[in-house]
Amino acid sequence: MKDSLKNLTDVSLLWLLAIIAVMAVIPPITNSITMREDIFLILQYIALAASLNIILGFTGYVSFGHIVYYGIGGYVAFALMYFYGIHLIPAMIAGGIVCAIIAYLLGEAVLRLRGAYFAIATIGINEAVKALVNNLEFLGGSAGLFFNFKIYQNYGGAGNAIWLAYYLMAILAIVVITSNYLIKKSKFGLGLMSIREDEDAAIVLGIDTKKYKSLAYMLSAFFPGMVGAIFFFKNGNIEPVNAFHLLKSIEMIFMVVLGGFGTVTGPFVGSLLYERIRGLLLVNPLFKDLHMAVAGIILLLLILFVPSGVIGYLRDKVAILRRYVE
Amino acid sequence: MELLRLENVTKRFGGLVAVNKVSFTVEKGEAIGIVGPNGSGKTTLYNLINGVYFPDEGRIYFEGQDITELPTHARAPLGMARTFQIPRPFGGATTRENVAVGAMFGHAKASVDEALEIADEYLKLVGIYDKGDVEAARLTPLEKKLMEVARALAMKPKLLLLDEVMAGMNPSDIDQLIELLKRVKEEEDISIVSMVEHLMHAITKFAERVIVMHQGEKLLEGPTMEVLNHPKVVEIYLGKKVV
Repeated sequence: MKDSLKNLTDVSLLWLLAIIAVMAVIPPITNSITMREDIFLILQYIALAASLNIILGFTGYVSFGHIVYYGIGGYVAFALMYFYGIHLIPAMIAGGIVCAIIAYLLGEAVLRLRGAYFAIATIGINEAVKALVNNLEFLGGSAGLFFNFKIYQNYGGAGNAIWLAYYLMAILAIVVITSNYLIKKSKFGLGLMSIREDEDAAIVLGIDTKKYKSLAYMLSAFFPGMVGAIFFFKNGNIEPVNAFHLLKSIEMIFMVVLGGFGTVTGPFVGSLLYERIRGLLLVNPLFKDLHMAVAGIILLLLILFVPSGVIGYLRDKVAILRRYVE
Repeated sequence: MELLRLENVTKRFGGLVAVNKVSFTVEKGEAIGIVGPNGSGKTTLYNLINGVYFPDEGRIYFEGQDITELPTHARAPLGMARTFQIPRPFGGATTRENVAVGAMFGHAKASVDEALEIADEYLKLVGIYDKGDVEAARLTPLEKKLMEVARALAMKPKLLLLDEVMAGMNPSDIDQLIELLKRVKEEEDISIVSMVEHLMHAITKFAERVIVMHQGEKLLEGPTMEVLNHPKVVEIYLGKKVV
């Protein structure tokens, strides 16, 4: 524990947190709504990518349908606010906790699978949950749920409510990046690394891989649950198509691989780059509906030529960076 | 003092009896060689001691505790370590981190900082300290073997199981490694079980006692030179005289 607290003052974490914090305070200072929307999206990407990094990057398990936890967290929180008028913050935490519990239970089954089998099983989970929610009448079925605008009055109006969502997302992004860092530097993190590199050798070396994988999966589900809660609160409605969109899952994987899986800075860099790529391609009429195709080609090239991603590549080539970039 | 005891241990794979009613003990601080031709059940025996497989029959005791069905990962903290026939480094991690993992999760149960110090100590001991910051995947085959020995020793084991660790090494490297193992064994009071297929001269320099495996059964057991010169052993390895 003392070890981890000492790590919190490490330069390689502090500069990263400083950038995120500075980025996050620009919109409130300039009072720019477009900036707020852009940066909210980036912060959401950072939180999602860094969450996925725990199971994908550190542990080596490709959770392909990871967006399922974003959807579940979103639905749990939305329903708590919609039916019981519970405040966003407790609803968000409840969403995260429900996701962690579900991840524990599903993990008991799917974490026994390795490689492609695990990836396919997680896609199956996402599609199954989507189909289930589609058929749950009390959650509005395929049409989903819409907030009554009165809900935002508890937060001092819709404007304030959106700012609250924004600040929460910024805090969450910082918390997820910090926890990535602490995990990576801990005994737990080195255990996960061993599982990623050679699970059978890890067992022989004394690592309780079942427990470690389960914990990593729960953590990487907990945070997306809260991200979903904030997003759908701000969005004002939730429907299965948006909550369990496999495309968003692929976006998460793309960001982690682009930035460098298993690094702490990687998911952050991947999120920034992806947001830029996506922005450029979406406004260009030539690529309008093709941005995922372009992303797919980039992903293919990355895996072929730079499998360690931007940060992994730079750390490898520039020795001095290893001290300042984790 | 008895460290490890196998009692009538049997393991079958379908119709094949890989290990058949094998019993032996390993004393504290003892160096034992297990020899036998390919397919004689040596690796299966290791996997049983190590918990990768559970035996179909028989019991296994470690320091008097019945560990027959103890999960693999729970055996390392008790003081059991092994190397693999084909080295299994954590390729993406540095050599130092590899060894540190041993120190953290093995019997040493070190914290991260302690483990990194222990790692340096053992990297120096096996002579690859200068490779500490190199990705383990980039080590040469010999360095990978030495890294595995360092990783196993960093666990501070009571029992070290070496699986063909000297195979493929040149004679001077083998001599160096044997000297090192002898020294560590004396200094840290480790029992070492080393299994080899062909490197008989290595075993004669190292083991105090030898167990010969043949077709899943324990054929012979006794002082090294006596056993290796036994007509039955000569027969297994070289065949029967025809004339």
